[in-house]
Amino acid sequence: MRDLFAVIMLSGIYSLIAASLFITMDAADVAFTEAAVGAGVSTLLLLKTLALVDRHESTGPTRPGLAITVVIATGALLAYGTLDMHPFGETHTPSNDHIAAYYLENSIEDTGVPNVVTSILASYRGFDTLGELIVIFTAGIGVIVLLGQTGTSDSEIRPAMRQHLVLRVVSKILIPFIMLFAFYVQFHGEYGPGGGFQAGVIFASAVILYSILFGPEAARSVFSNATTRILAVSGVLLFACTGIVSMLKGKAFLDYSALAEDPVSGQLLGILLVELGVGITVAAVLIRVFLEFDERRWQPDDQRGQS
Amino acid sequence: MTGLLVFWVIFALMMTGLYVTIAHDNLIKKVVGLGILQVSVFMLYIAIANVRGAAIPILKEGESLYSNPLPHVLILTAIVVGIATVALALALVIRIRERFGTIEEAALESAARDWSER
Repeated sequence: MRDLFAVIMLSGIYSLIAASLFITMDAADVAFTEAAVGAGVSTLLLLKTLALVDRHESTGPTRPGLAITVVIATGALLAYGTLDMHPFGETHTPSNDHIAAYYLENSIEDTGVPNVVTSILASYRGFDTLGELIVIFTAGIGVIVLLGQTGTSDSEIRPAMRQHLVLRVVSKILIPFIMLFAFYVQFHGEYGPGGGFQAGVIFASAVILYSILFGPEAARSVFSNATTRILAVSGVLLFACTGIVSMLKGKAFLDYSALAEDPVSGQLLGILLVELGVGITVAAVLIRVFLEFDERRWQPDDQRGQS
Repeated sequence: MTGLLVFWVIFALMMTGLYVTIAHDNLIKKVVGLGILQVSVFMLYIAIANVRGAAIPILKEGESLYSNPLPHVLILTAIVVGIATVALALALVIRIRERFGTIEEAALESAARDWSER
């Protein structure tokens, strides 16, 4: 398939099907994230890129022989590796009986959070999550450095989608509810599927929808470069400071038990703050990244040197 | 043997992604191929975490068997990190297109040679 537009749409559909597969395999939080990120934002960014490069691939596969050999060899090795694995769906496997059993048994007593995914994410393995948040933050900086130096945005103002009356009216009604839902996902993440990562993506997608329909200038008037920059930094700082405060109170880094008199309510407070930090950073980074892609105009380096 | 079939199907998907990444010259296609590979790896983790007849790992009364929440956490964060890295890759693709006028690997090599000689 040479038409990259079709390729991108198909990959979006693949993500959506993967998300429904995750639901059938009892991974609600993961499915949630995959549907919002893989099928939504990722497809959108690919399409935005396609607007700046050629739509069609010029040649077919160039190294099919080599690729097929590598792929078959790797696949055969992987399949050979599964021969020692426990069959799909078994209860007692090494991965299920190891530390995961501890999390399932003690989540309520330790943290008071029934959604074990949230308690592991924010508390038991909070250090991991902090690291990954910093990866997202760094990738955001990378995109800004690569695309953000266009200087004055050119006067060419696109009519956005002003002529699509139905789209504009429907999304005007929808956007507040999408944002409300993002907050629900953010603050209800301890009890149902959800949390900072999903909420951040959903909030960002509401802003992205607004930006698509009413033009990036409209979105920029709320989420200017300075705003998203400060928000992205403050999310990471909120996470790290929660850890440092618990250190100052005499416990280990990110051990939220120290945050309140009662260890469980300390944990709840810590998880709330940390998830909020995650949500703020993810939303700010995604909004900023989309706006950078959106405002990029086709400008070869040669012309830029002359002007 | 049928219990392993799920993993083999996932490996087939994974290898499809790998094939696209290796065989095609177009950088966008490579990014899409990496995406397919990535989502298939997510599926592998979630499949390993799955327990037959178990519930979603949100604790509630009267439920004792839950799926393994740990791989869910790993994959949840990996998905969001994935979109951040894909965005970075696409930003690089755009810059490559602007500098060399192409995103096909073969054409890119000669374009890069011309550019360095200039």
